[in-house]
Amino acid sequence: MTTITAPTFPRLFAGIDVGPSYRAHLNRFGDRPTFNDRKAEGLRTLHQLLDDAPLIGRGGGGIAASLKLAFLSTSTKPVIVVNAMEGEPASSKGVALAMVAPHLVLDGALMLAEALKSSQIIIAIADDDTRTTQGFQRAIGERRESISMEISHPPAHYVTGEESALVHWLDEGSALPTFRPIKPSFVKIGRRAALVHNLETLAHLALLARFGAGWYRSRGTSSSPGTTLITVSGAVQSPSTYEWTFGRTLGELIEQAGGLVEGFGGALIGGYGGTWVGGNALSLPIDHASLRSAGATLGPGIVVVLPKASCPVAEVTRVVEWMANESVGQCGPCVYGLPALAKDLRTLGWSRSTRNQFDRLLHHLTEVDGRGACRHPDGVVRLIRSCLSVFSAHFDEHLRSGPCAAVNAPTVMVLPKNRRR
Amino acid sequence: MRLVVNPIACDAFGYCAELAPELIHLDEWGYPVIDREVTRGLLPLAEEIVAACPRRALSIRND
Ligand code: SF4
Ligand code: SF4
Repeated sequence: MTTITAPTFPRLFAGIDVGPSYRAHLNRFGDRPTFNDRKAEGLRTLHQLLDDAPLIGRGGGGIAASLKLAFLSTSTKPVIVVNAMEGEPASSKGVALAMVAPHLVLDGALMLAEALKSSQIIIAIADDDTRTTQGFQRAIGERRESISMEISHPPAHYVTGEESALVHWLDEGSALPTFRPIKPSFVKIGRRAALVHNLETLAHLALLARFGAGWYRSRGTSSSPGTTLITVSGAVQSPSTYEWTFGRTLGELIEQAGGLVEGFGGALIGGYGGTWVGGNALSLPIDHASLRSAGATLGPGIVVVLPKASCPVAEVTRVVEWMANESVGQCGPCVYGLPALAKDLRTLGWSRSTRNQFDRLLHHLTEVDGRGACRHPDGVVRLIRSCLSVFSAHFDEHLRSGPCAAVNAPTVMVLPKNRRR
Repeated sequence: MRLVVNPIACDAFGYCAELAPELIHLDEWGYPVIDREVTRGLLPLAEEIVAACPRRALSIRND
């Protein structure tokens, strides 16, 4: 009988050396606590724990996990949906968790299901993501649970990971976002409510429930307690997914990822609907409050490092073109607006353009902002606006002298093929 | 109060902007952009365009 000690660091990846098996998981972390007493006492305890931590969702919305619980009435037995969609091309945390700690994710989902008397857990993994699928298939196969756990395969698109799109697909087989003017609100599958959590949030819950809110808060900052997974790519020696303590700086994160390949030009934080930070951002602490004051959010945990020699206009253009093709084609401002923005940027990047053409871009940004059913177009607007402000000198250079020397250099941003729908 | 367009339902017929230019203009692709809050004085007009929208894409919200 081994004694169980709470991991200091890493937490989610504490079992990385012993492998992802259920046996290794039990040896390292012990059995999961249960919150399934007859009355609602267990649910209350769990709720309190989420509040005390507090556990902030790791999907990118920055929503407290306890808030999602509060939206459910106590009588509903929701379907628990594990969101492992990984629509962001520059994220690989889903596969990292599937390979290293799938049982933490399952524990988190099971504890919620037990507390809420739910009988069904759905793990949503993009249909082209074979490695994450294999990891979870293996993990589910090792378990004997009375609650059903099944894997579902929505189509791999950028917006399918959006909560309403995901639930829409599970419900009706259509991976389109629905219009929710007041957020957050209920999502439903059939007549049952659905409780959707990012898979990383559930893995943190599995540890929080075992080791308590005091332990949870013993790392990180007071407003961003704990650790978080960040996928680092671009101009670093060892691009990968890292577990990171909130509050440590971007420069330290880059060191963790093996250091810079060449000079630091800036970074994109939060994914392809995220925010650029400039060459002076190495000392920026990565936690919710510090990022917010830099106008950024961590999103689902993504940092792309831009080398100094690259052309930010070219990089952002290609991302916007990709994002325009990922629009699911429901809303006019998104269907027409995103290609218009992409075209404006391409003109600025690759030809000698005028002030007028630049102003057209600014006009299109205001026209598109906030006008889709989902946040997809808003993300594109944020991406472009932050690029304009951080790299204003580079844009000026393009306006003054036409395309720069780096405009046709190979892309730093990962750009998978857009899938036809 | 504010007008809200459901962008999934809206088909860019443009009746709303035609009937209530003080509340809405159309973008270059023909889709409505809400220009201002619905004041008490503008409420009857807002209600008129909500009723007139052939796609039932408009609503008025209190928030
Ligand atoms: S805003 Fe764009 S991506 Fe979102 S639902 Fe509308 S068309 Fe689809
Ligand atoms: S009348 Fe309705 S469908 Fe037509 S543009 Fe206005 S909101 Fe859209």
